[in-house]
Amino acid sequence: MRHTITILVENEFGVLTRIAGLFSARGYNIETLNVAPTLDETVSRLTLVTRGDERIIEQIKKQLNKLIPVIKVEDISHMVHLERGLLMLKVIDVKGLRKAAETSGAKIIDHEADSYFIAEFTGSPEEVDTFLVSIDAEYIIEASRTGPVGMRRGSKGFVV
Amino acid sequence: MQMTGAEIFVECLKREGVEVIFGYPGGAVLPIYDAIFQQSHFKHILVRHEQAALHAANGYARVSGKCGVSLVTSGPGATNAITGLADSNADSIPNVCFTGQVPLPMIGTDAFQEADIIGITRSATKHNFLVKNVEDLALTIRQAFHIATTGRPGSVVVDIPKDLGFAKCDFVWPEKVNMRSYQPRTSGHAGQIKKAIKAMLEAKRPMLYSGGGIMNAQGSAALLKTLAHQLNAPVTNTLMGLGGIPFDDKHFVGMLGMHGTYEANMAVSHCDLLVSIGARFDDRVTGRLDAFAPDAKIIHIDVDPTSISKNVDADLPIVGDVGIVLQQLLDELSHQGGVPDLEALKLWWQQIDEWRAKDSLGFEQSEEGPIKPQTVIHKVHDITKGNAIVTTDVGQHQMWAAQHYGFKEPHKFLTSGGLGTMGYGLPAAVGAAMAAPNEPIVVFTGDASIQMCIQELATAYQYRQKIVVVLLNNAYMGMVRQWQEMFHESRFSHSYFDSLPDFAKLAEAYGGVGIKVDTLDELDKALEVAFGSQESFVFIDIAVAKEENVFPMVPAGAALNEMVLA
Repeated sequence: MRHTITILVENEFGVLTRIAGLFSARGYNIETLNVAPTLDETVSRLTLVTRGDERIIEQIKKQLNKLIPVIKVEDISHMVHLERGLLMLKVIDVKGLRKAAETSGAKIIDHEADSYFIAEFTGSPEEVDTFLVSIDAEYIIEASRTGPVGMRRGSKGFVV
Repeated sequence: MQMTGAEIFVECLKREGVEVIFGYPGGAVLPIYDAIFQQSHFKHILVRHEQAALHAANGYARVSGKCGVSLVTSGPGATNAITGLADSNADSIPNVCFTGQVPLPMIGTDAFQEADIIGITRSATKHNFLVKNVEDLALTIRQAFHIATTGRPGSVVVDIPKDLGFAKCDFVWPEKVNMRSYQPRTSGHAGQIKKAIKAMLEAKRPMLYSGGGIMNAQGSAALLKTLAHQLNAPVTNTLMGLGGIPFDDKHFVGMLGMHGTYEANMAVSHCDLLVSIGARFDDRVTGRLDAFAPDAKIIHIDVDPTSISKNVDADLPIVGDVGIVLQQLLDELSHQGGVPDLEALKLWWQQIDEWRAKDSLGFEQSEEGPIKPQTVIHKVHDITKGNAIVTTDVGQHQMWAAQHYGFKEPHKFLTSGGLGTMGYGLPAAVGAAMAAPNEPIVVFTGDASIQMCIQELATAYQYRQKIVVVLLNNAYMGMVRQWQEMFHESRFSHSYFDSLPDFAKLAEAYGGVGIKVDTLDELDKALEVAFGSQESFVFIDIAVAKEENVFPMVPAGAALNEMVLA
């Protein structure tokens, strides 16, 4: 099963390698991983997507917690939560594709007449997938996509 | 007050109460060695290989109850230390290792003797630090000791670039260490403690199983004994937990696992409650997992939450320091004033006594020889009255020592359990001798193992340590040979040596006393010499029965109750 795990860590060098190293050393796969500092610059927040049964996920959470710079770990998969990923798509500007992209909710952030445009699309992983298949693959020059960042709903914050 | 980084290093170790460190100098740590030369707060023991520095620090830590400390240089010095770091981490022994690093501006340039020690040691340590500012040095050292010694203890590396040794700053000693991301839990959850006691009082066939955790929490061995007596429950120890309860206590049923006793393994296989105390269900203990303690409710007490339900699902997990949790259990037991099910326990002990009657550790020693390795261990036990600090390497001799020496107290058996490091025994004894210079110290080793770190005889000689090295020489890598005999149709692929050195002469060349033993008579005389008043180490090279195997044995992949008895 797919799990989205959010992690707060000390914002210091090498933390990302420790987390990635934990996964590689135990043969777990990281599907996506996003990281950036939070409002508190001494803390970084990661959103990590991985797959595994409950037993494996339990071990992953415990092992993450065991890493010294890790402050907090939460598996938000079982909670009501939101996930948003970003896709940037460079497309040959033909056949009204630009219009189609805009209709889907994408924002055009760069455009050269009749040559190409770059669309920016944010949404849940499923929405990003749907948008991606709505554009004729034949005309896509390149795509760059983040994994999702996630946050559970409700008034309570996941903070230090 | 302004100090150089090297002076800060010395000051921090002094304030941490460090009395001895083990190390080997080199270019990147020369500023620190210069500061060590000019101080008298702690001793520095010069080993002959960096791996030995870590093992010695490990041995020192296990006997003294303090944190082991070592100092090695950058590049090869640090990479040589990796095995010792991994060993300490696997066995949860507090060990702080300072590694020199090339100067900061040269990091990443493939400079002479540069290695990415943070990268290399990440998975072999509990944590590691690269110090990039001299202002951070004192706090980092403080955090390193804190991390190494608290929670589940382990090894911590502090990598110090050479130029920091010369750089100056004001010395600020952080009185308290407060790390928001590292807050190990020490006491068990009160509700879980209540449930645990209820389960213990209701059990008809209880079993206590304790591991290395019983050593880490000082004083907890006595609490274990009290709990076992109050519950009238049998106790088994893992290899790491030997000495956690006296070998001659009637509640002790011997070690469990691959080379455990018949009664311990059968009792675990048939118990209805298994209480794991500071042990982690290693595969050498459990045998085939789906047949491990199949009828038992499992209570798992461990300071490390990742150990719980990693291999075996716990019905009742208790996260906390073993010593504190045992005290909580005893308090709860007296609070409830309950008594265990005495009728059921009577039957349980009858059953255990029947298993005991198999005498699974029995062996026969013929008067004509050859000398059985088990005989040697028994004789050493008798002559030291079971009070020696025993270290071992890894292999058959290690298992015979575990099975036959008979440990009365914790902190007396130093062996490489988790990582299984050949070459551990002699340097660990060097460390133990620093912690307890007046106690008898015996290294049980094999002809293959001893050659992994034999150069440390020089260290033992330099510091006039009265270590007794007992070499059970069967001219084989014994355990490898045993497995090849049992599982590879006796194809002894590269498990023997064509040329063994004359160990007695080698020991003499290193400055000690070397004795060669072929007969039982010679053995008695040699042991008398060894444990008499000697000014140096004694090395006894004993020719033992070449093809003796370690029994009983649970073959790998078999269940505990599928033991091979002989």
